[in-house]
Amino acid sequence: MEPVFRMQAGELSIRVAAGGLDPSALALPLEALGLPSTGEISALRLEPDAALRWGSVEGAFLARVLRHLDARGIRLALSGLPPEFEQLLGLARAGTHTSDTAMAERSPFLARIGLRAGNAARELGAFVTLLGETVCLLPPLLLARAKVRGAEVLEVLAESSSRALGIVAVVNLLMGAILAFVGAVQLRRFGAGLYVADLVGIASVRELTPILTGIVLAGRTGASFAARIATMQSNEEVDALVTLGISPSEFLVLPRVITLTLLMPLLYVYGCAFAMLGGLGVSASVLDLSPAAYWGAMRDAIAGANFAIGALKAGVFGALVALLGCHYGLRAERSAAGVGDATTSSVVASIVGIIAIDAVFAVCANALGI
Amino acid sequence: MPADACICVEEASVGYGARPVQSGINVRIDHGEIFAIVGDSGSGKSTLLKTMVGLLPAHEGRIRFDGKTLEECRQGGRAPFGILFQGGALWTSMSVLENVTLPMDLHGYSVPSARAELARFKLALVGLTGHEHRSPASLSGGMRKRAALARALALDPPVLFLDEPSAGLDPLSSRRLDELVLALRDGLGVTVVLVTHELDSLFGIADRMLFLDGETHRPLALGKPAQLAKSAPSAKVRDFLGRRGSRS
Repeated sequence: MEPVFRMQAGELSIRVAAGGLDPSALALPLEALGLPSTGEISALRLEPDAALRWGSVEGAFLARVLRHLDARGIRLALSGLPPEFEQLLGLARAGTHTSDTAMAERSPFLARIGLRAGNAARELGAFVTLLGETVCLLPPLLLARAKVRGAEVLEVLAESSSRALGIVAVVNLLMGAILAFVGAVQLRRFGAGLYVADLVGIASVRELTPILTGIVLAGRTGASFAARIATMQSNEEVDALVTLGISPSEFLVLPRVITLTLLMPLLYVYGCAFAMLGGLGVSASVLDLSPAAYWGAMRDAIAGANFAIGALKAGVFGALVALLGCHYGLRAERSAAGVGDATTSSVVASIVGIIAIDAVFAVCANALGI
Repeated sequence: MPADACICVEEASVGYGARPVQSGINVRIDHGEIFAIVGDSGSGKSTLLKTMVGLLPAHEGRIRFDGKTLEECRQGGRAPFGILFQGGALWTSMSVLENVTLPMDLHGYSVPSARAELARFKLALVGLTGHEHRSPASLSGGMRKRAALARALALDPPVLFLDEPSAGLDPLSSRRLDELVLALRDGLGVTVVLVTHELDSLFGIADRMLFLDGETHRPLALGKPAQLAKSAPSAKVRDFLGRRGSRS
């Protein structure tokens, strides 16, 4: 049923039938329901049917009428309400006046761009600060004065090494095989099948193994760092560290960064071995190359500098993945959604960062003639 | 079992895993009653509440709502109660308003066009008008709790379960919440079951209480708080309820 408004000698009465109000009345404009011009109202009266069973719909409707009148400067008491429901409505009416309004207003397009740019700059600033803090903590670490728990280091070591060996091996093995297969198809046409070993060796050692291993660790270990620290943030565990005078950079970030930086070159060597094996498998089956010829060609093709560049890149990627994981974990919002956002951001930023740093390495190596 | 009981707990034994935390619980909660579950820490108050709402299975015994088991009630589509969890448990990926409208949307409650207005009314009841579009993460602890209460009221449940509603709130917010609980009971006829440590809330709003003992793992007393404070057979219950007088 819809409410019935009636105006008589300045008194507005609202009649509600025994069946209560139809919820759809809440969505209709009050004028469309028959609310008269509000200027003349001097009293407000409710005329409910005696059998009416009061509920949320009636409450929401009356709260809406009162809000409508309040907004026009007509603040009248509503008579005719049962006392117990009057108390409830009083709470709802009080609520409309006591709270501050924090409606989300949509900013103009340019302002949104500016806000995003500002946020990005702040993120970058926070990341550089974290990097600086970590670097400054290296001397205390070398002098064994840093507050780092051995168990934490071992846990990070296990998470990033033994538990990551399988996936690093699979990814690099397949990458080596794919490179060899693509190379074999093309090079065989020119009678240069033996150069498959050069292709697999140089490409994997210098570029692809550090990148792929870095990406695997970004999705696995970096995401795990971000999720764990973000959860600690939302549980106020990080606050507990700070109040005890322990720097999160020292206790949480440093062990992760050091472990991953030192571990990545080792994983890189391990990954290179599997990439070469993958290439050997395809070369032997597609080109009928003997293992001795494959290894000989590869040994001649890969210079020591390629290994050095690859290992250096791997170390830098490891540091980057760990720093970004910790950075997004520490900056996470204190909620379940914040943990998810931190994890996603950490993985995306790590992958983009790895590719960007690899490009910088390529430019530098080219300039140095390596 | 009396036909007019809203909630009936018969010979219930509750606990986590295989270990019962409380046994021999017999309670009949009437329609429109505000019933408090109190006891010392670890006595199983929240465990009993979680068992009543079906989050934990009862080791033994039966729990019925208007004569029906929870499974029978849920066959109609939704549970006959709303719950306010201790920490609020708001969905942080949604706005405050969405937290209240989502249960209505999922259960097809009322007409779609009225849901936002109903949700605003419930948020107004808990004093959160103007905060509808904020993220739960940006609210204070008290506001989060009030928003969670608005969500518990979303489907106009006949029964409300409140797990330590006043925990972490300042005295004024706590009193306002008590007033709201009373107004909901009086205005909408809601039955309220609350777990609390707050003696002011207990004496202020509870019609009856059940005291759970963490040492014997059995209920120690059932009755009106004021009467039990004076004449409970157990000294432990009298001491517990007497703390209020000694503090003031």
